[in-house]
Amino acid sequence: MSDKDRPAVGVETVGMTKIFGSLTALEDASIKVRPGTLHALLGENGAGKSTLVKCMMGFYQPTRGKLLVDGQEVVVRNPRDAMAYKLGMVYQHFTLVPSLTAAENLIVSRPDCPSVIDWKSEIGALEAFLNRMPFKVPLRTPVSSLSAGEKQKLEILKQLYLDRRFLILDEPTSVLTPGEADEMLGLLRGMVEAGEITILMISHKFREVTAYADEVTVLRRGRQVGSGLVKDLTRDDMARMMIGDTKIRERAARTSVEKSATVLDLTALYASDDDGLPAIEAIDLKVKAGEIVGIAGVSGNGQSELVEVLSGQRDLDDGRILIHGHPFEPSRGAMAKLKVFSLQEEPLRNSAVPRMSVAENMALRSFDQPPISRSGWWLKPGPMKAIARELIARYRVKTPSPETPIENLSGGNVQRAVLARELSGDVDVLIVANPCFGLDFASVAEIRSQIMDQRNRGAAVLLVSEDLDEILELADRVAVMSEGRISYVAPIGETDRQTIGHAMAGHH
Amino acid sequence: MNDALSTVLLAVFAGAIRVSTPFLFVSLGECLTEKSGRINLGLEGILVFGAMTGYAISYHSGSPWIGVLAAGVAGSLFGAFHGWVCKLPRVNDVAIGIAMMLFGTGLAFFFGKPYIQPTAPRLPALELGFWSDVPQVREALKINPLFFAGLAVAIVLWWAFRNTRWGLIVRMTGDSSATARAMGYSVDWVRFLATTVGGFLAGVGGAFLSLYYPGSWTEGLSSGQGLMAVALVIFARWNPLACFAAAVLFGGAGAIGPALQSVGISQGYHFFNAAPYILTLLIMILSISPKRSLRGAPAELSLMK
Repeated sequence: MSDKDRPAVGVETVGMTKIFGSLTALEDASIKVRPGTLHALLGENGAGKSTLVKCMMGFYQPTRGKLLVDGQEVVVRNPRDAMAYKLGMVYQHFTLVPSLTAAENLIVSRPDCPSVIDWKSEIGALEAFLNRMPFKVPLRTPVSSLSAGEKQKLEILKQLYLDRRFLILDEPTSVLTPGEADEMLGLLRGMVEAGEITILMISHKFREVTAYADEVTVLRRGRQVGSGLVKDLTRDDMARMMIGDTKIRERAARTSVEKSATVLDLTALYASDDDGLPAIEAIDLKVKAGEIVGIAGVSGNGQSELVEVLSGQRDLDDGRILIHGHPFEPSRGAMAKLKVFSLQEEPLRNSAVPRMSVAENMALRSFDQPPISRSGWWLKPGPMKAIARELIARYRVKTPSPETPIENLSGGNVQRAVLARELSGDVDVLIVANPCFGLDFASVAEIRSQIMDQRNRGAAVLLVSEDLDEILELADRVAVMSEGRISYVAPIGETDRQTIGHAMAGHH
Repeated sequence: MNDALSTVLLAVFAGAIRVSTPFLFVSLGECLTEKSGRINLGLEGILVFGAMTGYAISYHSGSPWIGVLAAGVAGSLFGAFHGWVCKLPRVNDVAIGIAMMLFGTGLAFFFGKPYIQPTAPRLPALELGFWSDVPQVREALKINPLFFAGLAVAIVLWWAFRNTRWGLIVRMTGDSSATARAMGYSVDWVRFLATTVGGFLAGVGGAFLSLYYPGSWTEGLSSGQGLMAVALVIFARWNPLACFAAAVLFGGAGAIGPALQSVGISQGYHFFNAAPYILTLLIMILSISPKRSLRGAPAELSLMK
């Protein structure tokens, strides 16, 4: 079917179903991706998007259903079979080897990699290949020192280098600035229109779907709930299909706070990353009571190091943190005294003990104080459980019991449990990092309104987020971090997406 | 005085080459194993067992070279065993390595009892000092052939890590096993082979101890060279050429004590003999900081997680 000039491959699934034990992860999904189109796959976490594409790629064997490549029914038993049909996938986490250079990564990914590599001719061939490609990547640099955007481009280049003609991209723009995302999707769109490739893109950004995709398929709870041409659908239509009739908590309204005092005052903070290189430099920032300052930026520009410094997980090289005018050393005593709390990204990894119970995890801030402890060292499980039960009810944490290990909870519920722990007391300063990453709509709404509640109650909130929409929704002021520095600060009313995106890309 | 100084320097030079050879082989073996993402602490045991095997086979066959080969084969069997056990689910390579270290040493003592007395043919030295009339220079330039073999192995490994498919696969496996799997390579198989070849090199290093210097089989033959090689690989940042330089540095440190004694300075003899251990400690303290991770470390190494 595919001729020489338009080598793009089309893929179709018919009644694809995948059952894991008692869980039906995917039911009766029939999607048709025409050759030379950009097809978007929408859905919340756990809607079955990755199950569907993994069935296509041969990572899973579907329980039922057929796979058609260019109209022919095929059986894909493993990723190698998928390779033979020119199907390729770019994962959300990178599958590049960090210590190898870009060129080495490309060569070693080839099935016919020569046993002794003639670098002179290989580099020549790679350069010739790159000249035909819409984007460029430095070949001789180790992947570990490439930027996230370059890595993402290299991942896609790798698929093209291996002559894959049907690409599945899993949230390809999550690590890019809005500008980079537009550039890359625009170039890919060009290749699609030229009939060189077909793209199936998993996304949750409506903006990108409406701007670049031809067709869309929406999954919800493992079922295909809608599909059609993008031009026939509005964002509201797509959002409704994704969410269904789930009740979403009303967003907490922003109350106006009268002029208030500075609570959190950061002066000339410097810290290094794990390699000893400067990670944050000369960070100056003030957060007032009743204010949310949102820190935007592409991941890896020092935001996580800043959060680690503020929560005592990384040493400060230089600089001063003042809270209410008192010098703040992030020790347990100072945090309790100055009422500093934090909600870290990936809480299961960063601020919870996975195998401890929900009740114990909820008590991590308070187990050394009454009523849980007597004279600071004797723990009383009764009050601990009682407090946990109350928090579980108040923050709607779905858990079988307070004794369940917290690692058994879903992502949204871990986040709620940690949030419950951090917000249960009186909060003066709240540090939040990517609080809604990978959560479903209901949890996102819940957590964002909790953060807004704290602001309205007069807490100073520092919100670090890679999701620009989240910052635009919550923040009173925006600061942009780029290469470890704060490159741009503006009140939310005096800025817009383009300006922030521009600052994120390092132009200012 | 000048004479004494040149004697000491020559002795340190000769000693550096002599003492560094076992370090070189063990550290290259460990370097290869660690590059593939696995750590084998059993190399100390392999070293001792290789020394015993090399000596015994040289005694029975009459050829020290067959002894070296046998020591390598014995080492690779140990390496293969380590690699095989680590393939089983939920096995910790560090724990297995410690078990292998004790097992290899114990087994060598058990089989080695009859070989403490007899004298086996030793490895010949290359007389590279034939051009000089000075006996000290001629003595210092008697260099063992295994040193050059080790240098060649270091260069070949360094070249192969960047210029061959196998080199890239080993580095990929050590840095990102998920990627290796996605490319269709068997991570366990790559590590099994790397550990086996690493064991071979450590076994050869052991044969040097019993067949060249000190040149006989005793139970106190290795004084922790196999373990110090692990520190040496970290110091060398997993680069085979740096392993060579580090091995020579350690060898030189080990040669200070005997060299000073040869000119009659015996004060602090034991202190100078402890130089390699002090050097190990210093290097570990200086090269490791709690604030940063080790650059160049294979990311899959269980030490780094």
